[in-house]
Amino acid sequence: MKLDAKIPAGPLAEKWSKHKFNLKLVNPANKRKYTVIVVGTGLAGASAAASLAELGYNVKAFCYQDSPRRAHSIAAQGGINAAKNYQNDGDSVYRLFYDTIKGGDYRAREANVYRLAEVSVNIIDQCVAQGVPFAREYGGLLDNRSFGGSQVSRTFYARGQTGQQLLLGAYSALNRQINLGKVKMYTRHEMMDVVTVDGQAKGIVTRDLINGKIETHSAHAVLLCTGGYGNVFYLSTNAMGCNVTAAWKAHKRGALFANPCFTQIHPTCIPVTGDHQSKLTLMSESLRNDGRVWVPKTVELAQKLRKGELKVTDLKEEDRDYFLERKYPSFGNLVPRDVASRNAKEMVDEGRGVGASGVAVFLDFAEAISRLGEDAVRAKYGNLFDMYMQITDENPYKQPMRIYPAVHYTMGGLWVDYNLQTTVPGLYCLGEANFSDHGANRLGASALMQGLADGYFVVPYTLGDYLATIGPKAVDNSHPAFEETKKSVQERINKLLSLTGTKTVNEYHRELGHIMWEYCGMARTEEGLTKAKGLIRQLREDFWKNAQVTGTNEEFNQNLENAGRVADFLELGELMVDDALNRKESCGGHFRLESQTEEGEALRDDDQFAYAAAWEYKGDNEPEVLHKEELVFENVKLTQRSYK
Amino acid sequence: MSGNMNLTLKVWRQKNAESQGKFVTYKAEQVSPDMSFLEMLDVVNEGLIKKGEDPIHFDHDCREGICGACSLHINGRPHGPKHGITTCQLHMRSFNDNEIVVIEPWRASAFPVIRDLAVDRTSFDRIQAAGGFISVNTGGVPDANSIPIPKVVADEAFNSATCIGCGACVAACKNASAMLFVSAKVSQMALLPQGQPERYRRVQAMVAQMDAEGFGSCTNTGACEAECPKEISITNIARMNRDYFNATLIKNEE
Amino acid sequence: MSNFAKTFSSSLGKKLVMALTGIFLCTFLIVHLVGNLQLFKDDAGQAFNAYAYFMTHFTPIKVVSYLLYASIIVHALYALMITAGNKKARPVAYAMQAGNQNSAWTSRNMGILGTILLIFIVVHMGDFWWKYHNAELPYAKYEISLDNPNDIQVSEVPYDANRLVHSEVVDIQAGKKIVISKDLYKVVQNAFQTWWYVALYVIAMAALAFHLIHGFKSAFQTIGWNNNRYLPLVRFISVWIFGLLVPIAFAAMPVYFFLFK
Repeated sequence: MKLDAKIPAGPLAEKWSKHKFNLKLVNPANKRKYTVIVVGTGLAGASAAASLAELGYNVKAFCYQDSPRRAHSIAAQGGINAAKNYQNDGDSVYRLFYDTIKGGDYRAREANVYRLAEVSVNIIDQCVAQGVPFAREYGGLLDNRSFGGSQVSRTFYARGQTGQQLLLGAYSALNRQINLGKVKMYTRHEMMDVVTVDGQAKGIVTRDLINGKIETHSAHAVLLCTGGYGNVFYLSTNAMGCNVTAAWKAHKRGALFANPCFTQIHPTCIPVTGDHQSKLTLMSESLRNDGRVWVPKTVELAQKLRKGELKVTDLKEEDRDYFLERKYPSFGNLVPRDVASRNAKEMVDEGRGVGASGVAVFLDFAEAISRLGEDAVRAKYGNLFDMYMQITDENPYKQPMRIYPAVHYTMGGLWVDYNLQTTVPGLYCLGEANFSDHGANRLGASALMQGLADGYFVVPYTLGDYLATIGPKAVDNSHPAFEETKKSVQERINKLLSLTGTKTVNEYHRELGHIMWEYCGMARTEEGLTKAKGLIRQLREDFWKNAQVTGTNEEFNQNLENAGRVADFLELGELMVDDALNRKESCGGHFRLESQTEEGEALRDDDQFAYAAAWEYKGDNEPEVLHKEELVFENVKLTQRSYK
Repeated sequence: MSGNMNLTLKVWRQKNAESQGKFVTYKAEQVSPDMSFLEMLDVVNEGLIKKGEDPIHFDHDCREGICGACSLHINGRPHGPKHGITTCQLHMRSFNDNEIVVIEPWRASAFPVIRDLAVDRTSFDRIQAAGGFISVNTGGVPDANSIPIPKVVADEAFNSATCIGCGACVAACKNASAMLFVSAKVSQMALLPQGQPERYRRVQAMVAQMDAEGFGSCTNTGACEAECPKEISITNIARMNRDYFNATLIKNEE
Repeated sequence: MSNFAKTFSSSLGKKLVMALTGIFLCTFLIVHLVGNLQLFKDDAGQAFNAYAYFMTHFTPIKVVSYLLYASIIVHALYALMITAGNKKARPVAYAMQAGNQNSAWTSRNMGILGTILLIFIVVHMGDFWWKYHNAELPYAKYEISLDNPNDIQVSEVPYDANRLVHSEVVDIQAGKKIVISKDLYKVVQNAFQTWWYVALYVIAMAALAFHLIHGFKSAFQTIGWNNNRYLPLVRFISVWIFGLLVPIAFAAMPVYFFLFK
């Protein structure tokens, strides 16, 4: 298989406009003869479904939630970037492009990222027209804030609920099309498999989560907008239902999976309190603007703190180690996410972690409170402090917060070309589910931008080209391929339901999470990864022997749903480890201890690894085959990051 | 930090929409005060699964108070005893050792029970689909800064827009009325200049759908506002009423 | 017109009917109260009887009174309709519902309060309105000195079907104005000699207070007149005028008669 990214020729800034012109169009009268399936209704899915329906295509949209409005895009807090340059501070499409490429540690495709920056401005216009209530200045114009990884203010926001407001905007556009009959919405439906006919995606198999009915749906093309796979770590900031199943099934049907090991770990989350913990809550990164990160100077002091023999407020100034300020004098507490996360882990590994579990570091506002006053701090961070108090029962105005990194976003995903098409013709992948725009690390406020860019402004063009090429003649679900796929889905469900062992699915998930976090988390080594591979295999084998799945298929069965998702995570986990093993360099969120600078920073190896690693599935328990898409940087110069 | 607790749960169990439900009593033992309410249920469910029994089904997803999936009527109140949060943000330290906790699904004919504590809230989606949008196609819209909107108006619209569609307003209302939910959307768009062209059409369509779904009438008890996890104000209801009567009794068009 | 029908059969329209009839009934209460204050006048009921005559025989007021009866009936019927719809909206009740944690008792019990009021209105109208219109009540003859209007001689005139309900003659020679009116005052006076009847009135007025504390401001909310600037005023009127002043003044009448007349 040869990977063809189909990047248009010509200068960077002209690629997208030229490409749009060269794409074939579907005659307006013919559009209604086409059906498109959209799986997932987050920012990417809802915006794509609405935009395609507006063009005249018939859309069938699917989500596992009880409403399209609940997709996890809703939880994004910070904001959305756009190169509007409303602040007159020197922003431009090129600067946003450059920041994103650099932030991604030079592991993203130039052409895609440039297009993303280019359409970012349209996104804001679109959302405002839909009635998204972005924050405004007293003059009535839109407000911007600055965000990590850039020196301009280009982030649009709606208090701390930007994702919610954008998703509700897209949801309203989707609703309008549902009302017009152009979108048929299937809620509480989980995609179980992709149906391919002659190598082309022609439909999907779904399970109605309420009554277990296995259904087939045919279409001219299938769009997967199914989000990231951070839940492979069990604990993450993802929603409980976030899963890799749709992408993984597509992978098994021939779509390559790219850079699976690229995961983003967010430094400021509320730490785990015990085994009962089901998910982690993010605290906005903005806290690091005023909070100082520290741990006790010695292991002894840390132990005393953990046992409660010493109160944190009694710890003398000279006994505190402000490790970020010490190690990175120029950036201090504001180093990028990956650096901050890794250093926190180092402290905990040294035994200097705090809190009852010892797996946390302090984020201290005492200095900010004495400098600005408690009221000013409350005005800035009040809602975050309240949230922290609600969860931990500790008062961050009186004692330092405890924070620890948590899995937040996955940059990897299904490999797509410039048109967002996977290696299976007719199968597209949008948003976090694809791998395309963030390289090895995503900048803050860029996830929302990418989801909406893909859905509103990219796929409506590129999909038309494919549809015009294949013509309106439909493959309906009487084709034997549908029945075959349905059968395989049923077999897998039966296999899951036959498991009457002694361990719960959650226990397997938690164990998988431990393995991934320990060996494929913030710091990775050849040795650890190799070990992890073995452990995951064992765990997977054990799962298929000793798991306990209750109930039947023909009912609302959350245990069964979960079992299917965890079973897929157990397979994905191994691929992530393979990918991490293969990438012997460090870059962005992928830190191989073997590859670091003398100062302990991530050391890229551009000669060996300036490629996207796309993996091809070859069969259960068979090693996957690596395909490399060489990344060509014609416009930016690759440099080593330094935050000293 | 206080020690672990033992609780008695009285949970509504119902196999599916057609079957009769009943309360079943469970013991939740060694509950850490740091657990969220849903994590406490997770632990109870793990125990049930180990015994080969069906776990308690309930809707949940983001577990950070924004998706609106979690519900649960806890000791007589939607989202439990605390103000301004969802069930997933409720922690067990809000309960006492040996407490009896009664857990019921949202009760409304427009929210039929799917199983146990999970209900079908698609009626909300149908109301939104009836008119909760501004009819603009992708592309071809004016520049975002071409219409200045006063900050107070934008903030007010935002407050209405924070609704998470959880249904606590319906659950809390003695009449199972959906007015707070519907009015929040109507208000958001009625406040913004972008929403003006369809303002009166929208309110009529959404109210008609709300009535068709079989929600009750508002009797202004204010329970919805008191229980809303996003603290959405009933001023929105007044605004919707005004717009509706304006649309149906005064305005000439549509 | 079908548009109106549609509007008033919608949930919001029904509430509008409740609000409008409710506010109308509230304004009537004020008028009724002001008129009834004549009862406290120490003139053996002359002013009160004149007022009763005026209220029942002045055409514009008569029209309004029919509107009033209609309002009471519509208010009650719509309340029944809305309540029935609300019951249907929650076919399975909660085993536990802590309404006191999120709403005022009055707001949750408008139906019960309204029922008490309806029963009261029926009793009240039966005892006074019906009797005044239909019963063979005796007349009161007031001989009022033209020199000193406070000098009133009162005597009873037996029922006579041919007699006018109210007549006034000025006898200049005698220096007197002679007023003969159907004696509703007497009916009031007699009625309020029974302790349990007085108690019924006091209870009903308590129900009225609670009904209006919620009802008055609620009507404004329903109509959509919920303006942050004027809301405090509406709340004030709700509590102080309709929640306290009006019911207490009404309740004072039977108590006054019971104790002092």
